[in-house]
Amino acid sequence: MRKQLLKLLNKNARVSLADLAVALGADEAAVADEIKALEAEGILRGYKAVIDWEKMDHSYVSAIIELKVTPKVGRGFEEIAERVAQYAEVESVYLMSGTYDLNVVVKAKTFQEVAMFVAKELSTIESVTSTATHFVLRRYKELDVSLAVREPDERGTISLC
Amino acid sequence: MLNYEQLLSQTIQDIKPSGIRKYFDIANTMQDVISLGVGEPDFFTPWKIRNAAIRTLEAGKTRYSSNSGLLELRKEIADYLERKYALSYHPEDEILITVGGSEAIDACIRVVTNPGDEIIIPQPSYVCYEPMARMAGGVPVILETKAENDFKVTPAELIEKITPRTKMLILPYPCNPTGAIMEKEDLIALEKVLHDTNILVVSDEIYAELTFGKSRHVSPASIPGMRERTIVINGFSKAFSMTGWRLGYACGPREILKQVTKLHQFAIMCAPTTSQYAAIEALRSCDEDVADMIAEYDMRRRVIVKGFNDIGLTCREPRGAFYAFPCIKSTGMTSEEFCEKLLYAKHVALVPGPAFGQGGEGFIRASYCYSVDHIHEAIRRTKEFLDELH
Repeated sequence: MRKQLLKLLNKNARVSLADLAVALGADEAAVADEIKALEAEGILRGYKAVIDWEKMDHSYVSAIIELKVTPKVGRGFEEIAERVAQYAEVESVYLMSGTYDLNVVVKAKTFQEVAMFVAKELSTIESVTSTATHFVLRRYKELDVSLAVREPDERGTISLC
Repeated sequence: MLNYEQLLSQTIQDIKPSGIRKYFDIANTMQDVISLGVGEPDFFTPWKIRNAAIRTLEAGKTRYSSNSGLLELRKEIADYLERKYALSYHPEDEILITVGGSEAIDACIRVVTNPGDEIIIPQPSYVCYEPMARMAGGVPVILETKAENDFKVTPAELIEKITPRTKMLILPYPCNPTGAIMEKEDLIALEKVLHDTNILVVSDEIYAELTFGKSRHVSPASIPGMRERTIVINGFSKAFSMTGWRLGYACGPREILKQVTKLHQFAIMCAPTTSQYAAIEALRSCDEDVADMIAEYDMRRRVIVKGFNDIGLTCREPRGAFYAFPCIKSTGMTSEEFCEKLLYAKHVALVPGPAFGQGGEGFIRASYCYSVDHIHEAIRRTKEFLDELH
């Protein structure tokens, strides 16, 4: 049930307990317990909405920052990665293979703010040796969800086949 | 001025259009309808398939294929039927690629029917069989399946319909609209009835991938003694969300397929080549996509069945296809009254059972080719409607 439950929540975290129970052929209490267990074990970390901010007046900008860093003896990239992750402006941090080390997604109200954050905060961290900032211009798909204009249901209302 | 009535074929003119055309017209023009009325997947054709088709278009592979269809595709179909349903067909002369399953059914009926031959058609079922039988000069013999038998064809019902003129039995399972399936033991029992007859079975298995619960689809042709008397019809529309590609196939004994292919050659030439290339990709690399879609349908199926039962409309568990077939007899209305009033009062569109022939009265068809939220809203509105009746 665990894997199936996670798959369902990954697709839509707002499905009601009742529907999850029906879909999994389990009772609601069992599903609730399983969700609690998954949360307690740190497998289920959060539930977030997928938002097309461009449709809102107060949109924000985000950028992907490539960081090259000098790993610390004994702690590798952990220490620096955890430090970068502390900032509220930082949405995600990934350790990368390839030509740079940390991929940091930063979000702020304006391009200026992002640029200042990188200049004043990220690039001044001692072990950071270089940064490259790539601004996101437009989002087409976010967390498996397409942000394209929705087409109306072209199947019509009724058919026999 | 032409006399069209005299001009047009009497056989064709005598075929009645669907009786609920009016209801359909209203439903299709009404705004903000919450519909559970469409029997077509809401998923897009998996991108891999679309992309494969685009690549063949770019490469200019847009000529006729052989009459039977691309051999490469027929080989893939043979493999697929073997691994999914333990069926064995020779790609060279026992598989024909057609324009949807519909063309295959039509052609099979035509190649066996002499004027006056009888074709047994279980109902409620998809609406094409009866007109096709008539257009071929045959006589449709309706076998009304019963809710208490889970809408299966029973041996006793079959025996009762067989006459010296019976040429064919249609087996429309998994069934639109009832969601019924025939299990292995049900088919073995029918084989016993058919054993010493000269009756051909046309098994419309277009929903074969969409079976739920413990036992998966069993093809009649896989039952000992049945292969020689069975044509298996299948296609890509439902399983792979490829309705508009119009691609299906027929498999069966070469003696019959030879005649079906001849008819297809003269009437159609060949199925659309682009669709055929797309279908090769579907069979080669989309098992996972299909599994995901089936898992989603299964969740919706459980939600919709529970939903109808919770609001007092008894709904058996559909074992296949993507339809629930709840009973509305408790309301005292006919199926058509129920659907029409519900449509006007709450803007919910469902299909009355009698649209699918005999045995449909007292039932409605609800498709679950819709999101869970959409299904909930339709059930909520239907509950309001029922509450207001009292």
